[in-house]
Amino acid sequence: MTPPEDWTLIIEPKGKLLSLNLKELWRYKDLLEMYIERDIVTFYKQTILGPFWFFIQPIFTTIVFMFVFGGLAGIPTDGIPQALFYLSGITLWNYFSESLTKTSDTFLTNQAIFGKVYFPRLIAPLSITITGLIKMFIQFGLFAGLYIYFVIKGVPVRPNLYALLFPVLILILAGLSLGFGIIISSLTTKYRDLKFLITFAVQLWMYATPVIYPLSVMEGSYKKYMWLIQANPVTSVMETFKFGFLGQGTFTWLSLGYSALFSALILLIGIIIFNRVERSFMDVI
Amino acid sequence: MSDIAVKFENISKQYRLGKIGTGTLSHDLKRWWTVNVRGKADPYLKIGSVNDRSIKGDTDYVWALRDINLEVRQGEVLGIIGKNGAGKSTLLKLISRVTTPTTGTIKARGRIASLLEVGTGFHPEMTGRENIFMNGSIMGMTKAEIIRKFDEIVDFAGVAKYIDTPVKRYSSGMTVRLGFAIAAHLEPEILVVDEVLAVGDAEFQQKAIGKMQDVSQSEGRTVLFVSHNMSSMRSLCKNGIILKNGTISYAGDISSAVTLYLENETTNTLNYINNIAYQASYIKLKTISINNKQAGSVQLMDHKNIIEIEIAGELFIETKMAFELRLLDKLNMPLAFYSPGHFYGKAKDFKVGNFHIEEKIFLPEEINRGTYRLDISLTIPGSSYHVSIKGIFIEIEGFPTKTGWVFDYDKGAGFILIK
Repeated sequence: MTPPEDWTLIIEPKGKLLSLNLKELWRYKDLLEMYIERDIVTFYKQTILGPFWFFIQPIFTTIVFMFVFGGLAGIPTDGIPQALFYLSGITLWNYFSESLTKTSDTFLTNQAIFGKVYFPRLIAPLSITITGLIKMFIQFGLFAGLYIYFVIKGVPVRPNLYALLFPVLILILAGLSLGFGIIISSLTTKYRDLKFLITFAVQLWMYATPVIYPLSVMEGSYKKYMWLIQANPVTSVMETFKFGFLGQGTFTWLSLGYSALFSALILLIGIIIFNRVERSFMDVI
Repeated sequence: MSDIAVKFENISKQYRLGKIGTGTLSHDLKRWWTVNVRGKADPYLKIGSVNDRSIKGDTDYVWALRDINLEVRQGEVLGIIGKNGAGKSTLLKLISRVTTPTTGTIKARGRIASLLEVGTGFHPEMTGRENIFMNGSIMGMTKAEIIRKFDEIVDFAGVAKYIDTPVKRYSSGMTVRLGFAIAAHLEPEILVVDEVLAVGDAEFQQKAIGKMQDVSQSEGRTVLFVSHNMSSMRSLCKNGIILKNGTISYAGDISSAVTLYLENETTNTLNYINNIAYQASYIKLKTISINNKQAGSVQLMDHKNIIEIEIAGELFIETKMAFELRLLDKLNMPLAFYSPGHFYGKAKDFKVGNFHIEEKIFLPEEINRGTYRLDISLTIPGSSYHVSIKGIFIEIEGFPTKTGWVFDYDKGAGFILIK
């Protein structure tokens, strides 16, 4: 009697180019949930202030930015209250940079567990991106509070219809950070150099993004660097956000479309490379 | 029903030796160039020596596993035996999908869970409760399954009191027990176990072995089990394979596999004559044989309990000589002592020249199953040693019954259990 060929699992030396097994990923959704819960909960375990730490960091960064960039350097903010201007930039940028640096470490930080058990490896970076999203929404609450305060005070900031693009902006940022993150994490399994590069690359990247300055200032005074800033896919996300909520900023559908396309492409490339590496990274890490 | 649960087809796994990192970029590029651009065979796959870690190979690539073909039937408990570096863990890593084979295919039916190391993925800051959920999900359980099994797991691990304490405050034993408890309550069709029973106290080990037996016997799951503990191998597994330098050197029922392994693999080069720890200047031993063998561990299977020792050699003086034997356990604690010379003053006189001395010794029936060490000496009883041979391994198959004093000199001779 020959057994029927109804294998539930076939392990082969090489997978397909894009073998994103969504069904399997779905089966492990509880694990994704556990990972997210773990990251959120352990973030403030054994701290006195607990979840307030989610607010403290953006508040202090905003204060420092107001002092250094707004005060000392005197960079204008397009007539928007400085606190609101910086906080909006920080909220988005923190999300992007944090999920990028953390996902870029996926294989290195998880090597012990990846070396012992199998589960879809993509769960780990995905959970980081989603955890960051939750943190970002909490911090967005802070922004909303400050926003309402300024509206009541009579500062002329009003949201317009473009504010509804907010979920799209978040998706673009999530795709970019996850895509870049997993590409870097895949490459660091073999070549550790990138690990050092990423920390200061992200710092420099912030200055190429309109976080501490409005795009209009850049356009006015440093026209020759504009190509770099416009090529940066995060730029249009920042500008659209500020345009939608604060009424100031440079918004074009073209640049937003560019960012969206860029994000989707990077994510696709990331998943392909990640899929390649996850199967055998234990042998080289 | 000949249901195959796992099937290995021509599985090979190649590893690169030495540094990985600097310098591999050129190899990577060359490999990529030859395989993907020129469409030729991988230049680094052709070379590769046999995986024998004691011999330095001439290439940087080595086959950890080579052409493994194996079928494991459903409900079978397969023991995998082999020396360190024979490829056991690599095989388990492949089946648990931690890494991929270089060539070949593995086909399996059902969910696979591996117990390669318990407590994997415990987060020290999280409580026992949170970690049960975390670890369970990592192992592939759904939340609903974990909730259903939660009380059982806590109960099995015996950590009910500490369940809401962060795991970093647990003792190492507690951590391991909790880890094993979670893994043991998974319900995979195929369970992969690598040497986890070596941890925990005696009580927990018993519990763990019992659980493993339940899993395989009453629940009909397939288990792949790697261990160096031959007696737990024997009690848990039905079939076994021996891995040697990355290939299967034997496949069959577990007791022949264990016997074969112990005879050939462990003490291949060990002649009893090499175990001489002390030899007086006036004596020279030529051959030592135990149960007609001159090397390897002494196998006492099927309730055989006779050791026949023959020693031949040459004496340069005239002297009295008698056997004196010590049986020690794994920790070198003496268990039994044999010396009729001490009790009866029995010691034969030997003349100058070649001599031949032999003795048939009965072990007490009450001796437990396990691995023991035997020290043999030729002495003038109560006075001096002529020669002593230390550390011959004895594998005894038997059943744990009683321990105590045994005087059995009527049968010819006997051991006295002094433990």
